[in-house]
Amino acid sequence: MPLLEIKELKKAYVTPDGGTHLVVDVPAFTLEAKVQEALAGESGSGKTTFLNLIAGILKPDSGSLKLAGNEMSSLGESDRDRLRATTIGYIFQTFNLLQGFTCLENVLLGMSFGPGADRAHATEILKRVGLGNRLDHYPRQLSTGQQQRVAVARALANRPKLVLADEPTGNLDGRNARESLALIREACRENEAALLLVSHDPNVLAQFDTLRKLTELNRAAVQEVAS
Amino acid sequence: MTLWLIIWRSLRQHALSTFITALSIALATGLLMSVWTIKVQSNNAFTSMNCGFDAVLGARGSKLQLVLNSIFHLEESPGNIAWEHYETIKQNPSIQAAIPIAVGDNFHGYRLVGTTTNLFTDVEYVPGKRFTPRPGGRAFDAEYREAVAGSFAAEQLGLKVGDKFQPYHGLIFNENDQHAETYVVVGIMEPSNTPADRVIWIPLAGLQKMTGHTAASADQLSAVLIKFKAGSPLIGKQLEQMYNKQGDRLTFAWPIAMIVAQLFNKIAWFDRVLAAVAVLVAVVAAGSVLASIYNSMNERRRDIAILRALGARKGTIFSAVVLEAASIGAIGAVAGLAVYGMITMAAAQIIRAQTGVVLDVTAFNPMMIGAPVGLIVLSALCGVVPAVKAYRTNVADNLTPVS
Repeated sequence: MPLLEIKELKKAYVTPDGGTHLVVDVPAFTLEAKVQEALAGESGSGKTTFLNLIAGILKPDSGSLKLAGNEMSSLGESDRDRLRATTIGYIFQTFNLLQGFTCLENVLLGMSFGPGADRAHATEILKRVGLGNRLDHYPRQLSTGQQQRVAVARALANRPKLVLADEPTGNLDGRNARESLALIREACRENEAALLLVSHDPNVLAQFDTLRKLTELNRAAVQEVAS
Repeated sequence: MTLWLIIWRSLRQHALSTFITALSIALATGLLMSVWTIKVQSNNAFTSMNCGFDAVLGARGSKLQLVLNSIFHLEESPGNIAWEHYETIKQNPSIQAAIPIAVGDNFHGYRLVGTTTNLFTDVEYVPGKRFTPRPGGRAFDAEYREAVAGSFAAEQLGLKVGDKFQPYHGLIFNENDQHAETYVVVGIMEPSNTPADRVIWIPLAGLQKMTGHTAASADQLSAVLIKFKAGSPLIGKQLEQMYNKQGDRLTFAWPIAMIVAQLFNKIAWFDRVLAAVAVLVAVVAAGSVLASIYNSMNERRRDIAILRALGARKGTIFSAVVLEAASIGAIGAVAGLAVYGMITMAAAQIIRAQTGVVLDVTAFNPMMIGAPVGLIVLSALCGVVPAVKAYRTNVADNLTPVS
């Protein structure tokens, strides 16, 4: 059984004039456990909405989305939160670190909503990403590359089955982007987590053996690009 | 741990508004506690204050004025009574002590009260305690111009045994109205925590015959302070009947506690106004908690969205905001104890300075628990409004730009 299985997944937004705007219309998509896969998506292709649907942040309007055997569309918001906390690690383009919390606290907070805060493990994983000497630093005291590494550590701290990465190198320069991508992939392998990465950067996409274009996967994106 | 970490960091991130709102809660808590404590304590202290006497006999007039003048040494004297009235009541077999007093002079605003040495020998202002000069001093000799200063008056005036002073005429200090006589301080009283502490006691004749006083005052008194014998339950009623109902020249003020209670009944409206102001301050303070957290919700939306994306339940976010409001209330409530201490200490000092009555501001009052707990609960309730806003925060919209 695949880790992630999607069928006829649709999500639309209400437009200011009261109409609807279909953003995601994915007829089928699967992702096996421990597999690393990239999705190529331009701006407006619905990639963030797609990832938010997989993470359970958004609820689909219709269709089926099964994650680790759980049908997301039938779960309530609280159960989706719980599933996200225990099963998914999310790496954002803008890192989304909590500015008022230290590196260690950012990781611990991520853990606390899932299996529980484990200071030793959080410290270990921050050391793993090269931030062992920055545990008590606040995000503003770190370089962009270091902030991204905190985000990676936070995403992997709960030993998730699936890591979602939304343009994880979008805010990094070339060298940092390469290092960060290598770290994410390596950490996912070490933790036996599947990786679904979305990017529009050809250099990033070229690193993956399995690559799919969101415009081919998402019928709504095809229409959006065409219009 | 997680919840408290989130709350603690949020309070720290909004340190200025946390400080200001907690301060307003502290003021409200302190004010509520103070108003109730001062009200209850002053009521208790004044109504139980009789300096060891059961009644006062004085000139025809207001019982309250008579009690205030002769027991609390406040207010003008309602008038004088003839010496013979003192002699008459002193002979009553049910009277344990009758102490004559005469007022009409002061020293720098502190009253001189003329009396007999029986004040020091026959009266227990509370059971087992008499008005006693401190070691090194003694009671005045009725034949000489000697004075015994109350502890508070001595402290404020800097009087000590051996000091000499010339009294001033009237109950209000006027430096141009000084008497010629010179008195020597022969004793300082032990503190009694009664209005007697604010008085300078001199021999009765000294005050009656002070230069400038009328010749008639030589055999007149301001009042007679009366202590009934134990086991004379009807004497008060009998004397009241005799002086107040049958007679028309004197006033018999009895029982003292009830007369003082009338004063508090008369000014009860003032207590209610103070209480209303304190409640209003509490409501405004709680409103400030609501406003400060609510106004910060826009800048918090991203953090809330991040927490939710990490798996925080909506209920967790709701609880965090409510508990943050309650925490501000709790910080304010604790600080309110300090505000309470400052207000009540100041009020107690003023009341002591003005009346000699000492308030026990440490005595338990239900408002000491009611006010802090009430403010914490009120703050938490005010936190519900921003908490609902936080609860409804759209995660996807506030997380990252949708692409």
